[in-house]
Amino acid sequence: MSNIPSELKYATSHEWVRNEGDGTVTVGITEHAQDLLGDMVFVELPDVGDEVSTGDDICVAESVKAASDIYAPVSGEIVEVNEDLEDSPELVNSDAFGDGWLFKIKMEDAGELDNLLDAEGYKNSIDED
Amino acid sequence: MTNKTVLHAKHLASGAKMVDFHGWEMPINYGSQIEEHNAVRQNAGMFDVSHMTIVDVQGSDAKAFLRRLVINDVAKLTVAGKALYTGMLNEAGGVIDDLIIYFFSETNYRLVVNSATREKDLAWMTKQSAGFDITITERPEFGMIAVQGPEAKAKVATLLTTEQNAAVEGMKPFFGVQVGDLFIATTGYTGEDGYEIIVPDSVAEDFWQKLIDAGVIPCGLGARDTLRLEAGMNLYGLDMDETVSPIAANMAWTISWEPEDRNFIGRDVLTAQKAEGTQPKLVGLVLEEKGVLRSHQVVVTEFGNGEITSGTFSPTLGHSVALARVPRSVKVGDTVEVEMRKKLVKVQVTKPSFVRNGKKVF
Repeated sequence: MSNIPSELKYATSHEWVRNEGDGTVTVGITEHAQDLLGDMVFVELPDVGDEVSTGDDICVAESVKAASDIYAPVSGEIVEVNEDLEDSPELVNSDAFGDGWLFKIKMEDAGELDNLLDAEGYKNSIDED
Repeated sequence: MTNKTVLHAKHLASGAKMVDFHGWEMPINYGSQIEEHNAVRQNAGMFDVSHMTIVDVQGSDAKAFLRRLVINDVAKLTVAGKALYTGMLNEAGGVIDDLIIYFFSETNYRLVVNSATREKDLAWMTKQSAGFDITITERPEFGMIAVQGPEAKAKVATLLTTEQNAAVEGMKPFFGVQVGDLFIATTGYTGEDGYEIIVPDSVAEDFWQKLIDAGVIPCGLGARDTLRLEAGMNLYGLDMDETVSPIAANMAWTISWEPEDRNFIGRDVLTAQKAEGTQPKLVGLVLEEKGVLRSHQVVVTEFGNGEITSGTFSPTLGHSVALARVPRSVKVGDTVEVEMRKKLVKVQVTKPSFVRNGKKVF
């Protein structure tokens, strides 16, 4: 079973969310998701300054196998994107919860984090897949 | 019921991720598909292709039967061990399967056909064999290992007997020879040098392990697909099937029109198609910007729409390539558009071949 860090929050669509404690969250895709997708070849990131709403498809992770939409787990403004992925999309495979992060969102409403799954909830959701 | 090849346990031991491939549990990769792909382009990799179907056709009418069954002419084969790539058509001129035929003598041939089409191929061959004095014998007691890459032959040589090495020394492409336990052929599905080796089940695991010990990297079906696509080789079920003419699948070169009195199955249909000149054709597409071309995307051209039959990211080239069936008037060098994720993206039309022997060829 893949690693599911307990300090993160998760969406059923396989994004992880880390609360940075300053009103922003960092978002990536889980180790389980990168394993399903296989070797990543391109990541099409949102633009800094974009206003996004929960559930919007804002990013595309394209692997050798498939193109996969990535959804905004919370509403807010994109304040940073991981530019290293431009040249090294494989970071999503090698370090999904670390250097393979995708973007940061300045949250409109931190209360939205409560709607996300905790590690155990996410584990249950992928066990049902 | 899932079939397992004789090398199944070896795949698990190497940490393979296994998938269902038309009823066979096969390795898709052993970690990174791209690293496996690169191993074949730069060094040596190997694939378990034991799921493929080996069929021996023997008997006094073997030659006559095959001259009827397939679109290429086995009468061209006169040197023992020489192989031929070709297609087997239905009466409507659609491709039932593509296959390799090895010639041993005019009464003894070996066919290697796809595993996904095994049942229908055998049923079709059996049906067509009525009136011919032949036997059709499947050979499931063998495994098959494809060892491919610039260093493949040198690495295999370290495992062969003196007699086997002497037999394969200087063997030209598309030949096969049985020496001792092994049937060793200079064929492949990657665009690189190498062998496809048919090995008895009883020694397959041992041979696989010795290849690993010699530094050959196990590669899964994922890398096999990106390699064959870069090489511009068709995959049955994607690039052609029973509804597609070989003329529309870059297989016209495998049709032997001469002699005119050879009445192969589908000949009348192909002759009419050739005269009409309206069959679409299979071309290559190259996308140099971001994004990956995928099967079934629509290709928009000034002569009408076409369709991508298979597309992928090319690890060797660093961008996406695809095979696509388009109207015949589309020319190599043209710019056409592909509908990708609701947008039209410009792509270049090339010959359907992208990489050979590690080098870009378009």
